[in-house]
Amino acid sequence: MAMDTKFDDVLTGEQKLRNFNINFGPQHPAAHGVLRLVLELDGEVVERCDPHIGLLHRGTEKLMESRTYLQNLPYFDRLDYVAPMNQEHAWCLAIERLTGVAVPRRASLIRVLYSEIGRILNHLLNVTTQAMDVGALTPPLWGFEEREKLMVFYERASGARLHAAYFRPGGVHQDLTPRLIEDIEEWAEHFPKVLDDLDSLLTENRIFKQRNVDIGIISEKDILDWGFSGVMVRGSGFAWDLRRSQPYECYDEFDFQIPVGKNGDCYDRYLCRMEEMRQSTRIIQQCLAKLRVEKGDVLARGKITPPPRGEMKTSMEALIHHFKLYTEGFHVPAGEVYAAVEAPKGEFGVYLVADGTNRPYRAKIRAPGFLHLQAIDYIAKGHLLADVSAIIGTLDVVFGEIDR
Amino acid sequence: MAEALQELAAHVQMRQPDAILGHRVEFGELTLDVVPNRIVGLVEFLRSDASCRFSSLVDITAIDHPERPARFDMVYHFLSMYQNQRIRLKMQVREDETVASIHSVHPSANWFEREVFDMFGILFTGHPDLRRILTDYGFRGHPMRKDFPTTGYTEVRYDEVQKRVVYEPVKLVQEYRQFDFLSPWEGADYILPGDDKART
Repeated sequence: MAMDTKFDDVLTGEQKLRNFNINFGPQHPAAHGVLRLVLELDGEVVERCDPHIGLLHRGTEKLMESRTYLQNLPYFDRLDYVAPMNQEHAWCLAIERLTGVAVPRRASLIRVLYSEIGRILNHLLNVTTQAMDVGALTPPLWGFEEREKLMVFYERASGARLHAAYFRPGGVHQDLTPRLIEDIEEWAEHFPKVLDDLDSLLTENRIFKQRNVDIGIISEKDILDWGFSGVMVRGSGFAWDLRRSQPYECYDEFDFQIPVGKNGDCYDRYLCRMEEMRQSTRIIQQCLAKLRVEKGDVLARGKITPPPRGEMKTSMEALIHHFKLYTEGFHVPAGEVYAAVEAPKGEFGVYLVADGTNRPYRAKIRAPGFLHLQAIDYIAKGHLLADVSAIIGTLDVVFGEIDR
Repeated sequence: MAEALQELAAHVQMRQPDAILGHRVEFGELTLDVVPNRIVGLVEFLRSDASCRFSSLVDITAIDHPERPARFDMVYHFLSMYQNQRIRLKMQVREDETVASIHSVHPSANWFEREVFDMFGILFTGHPDLRRILTDYGFRGHPMRKDFPTTGYTEVRYDEVQKRVVYEPVKLVQEYRQFDFLSPWEGADYILPGDDKART
């Protein structure tokens, strides 16, 4: 506040206003993890917002340089731990492109199936906890019930609810049982009803709309300036989806639509996420129909994948191969590649530099949340303090992938 | 796909001949080798040129090659949502060199360049706020350099007596085990213990 020096008395001095600095986090329920925001407030209006990240930094990229390609795979579960398999997918794609391995058809379908389950896992968590940040308690309770069911599907495929390590270079680790396929189908039939219930809780809810409509508006220029991807782009009316524009795996043969928003505010992003879950359910159903008829192996048998268990009992070469694969690991020819997938949060990419040995020379993980959080100073400026938590919610930040 | 990338490379090379050292298309991706002090102009051209429109910055990172005179590779990835294409820019940087920040063209470069500075110690000129980003407050060294040990130099614990967090030099109960399973018949360049005797 500019002070007029003419009134240099005590009363005026007391009225001299100073911007207020507060710490938001690192232990704040609405910070979605360990985010520390240093906020400069003028009254209740945010003037500056400086995120301090790195509180969950584990040095994943450094660790990866001293481990084999296969040992590195589980690190990807621990990045965005809300939708683990989508991250593994990017790593597998990068290795497969460098080694030139073609994934068997059935494995490809299973990957799509579990990527979409991951997308629903993520959106359920994001939509419902964002609603909690703006004052609703019931949605997370309903959403987590469905998440729990989906994580049981994770467990039945891979043996782990969260850190699956299920996608492997060259395919997926195990085939799905017919029973599991039936159960997923049953779930997919009933899930849209749960979405309708969530819809009825939130979409026309007066408080929810007051907290989200016209908050954090993103324009086309902002998308380009700040490198947004995923729902942050689609919420503003641009149908940009890597599954459609740069199809990987077998996404090009599925019938699904890409929902886009109109205004690019928090509310439109919420609507996009809700519709994406419906579309993901459609993809899951198509996947299951295909999985019923298309049987076959789930791993491209060769240098980078283990031999079948049965063969190991009779073949010496298979036994040696198995031993060498899990000790020395496989070699990836020298080269560099950038593989990206449409993760639920946006474009998740891996830049892999291989030098021909059994370990990556350099692996850079490109997390969508990193760029989204970076823009929070720009988005939150001029909003009220209470809107910051609504904005953090729709940015969809998870610190596993931002801090790496 | 590869033809379109070759065409794109030829186009950029024609318009910006003194910024580009060479190009290659590998694994369906276009890589341009860039003259280090021309990076900002080139990025600006790629963003504004009608047939490029690489307006989204995807990633900035570096690679450490300690054995090379120009130690670091700076790597930029760009995406054009309009042309549906990707491009990678690479340039070699010496350890004592600074790199021009592309923050003025892509505001999103801010954190990426902070991360590269944090992890590799490459300095950027023209960057508005070059602080460390991922490592601890008061951290020393640049962890992603190949000569930085994976264990680090300091460890942190809560001290019951002083009632605060204290930093201490790393004490390992057992030596950090770096398993190296490279086959001695192919690839491994080290000598197994005992093999050195065989030669004499």
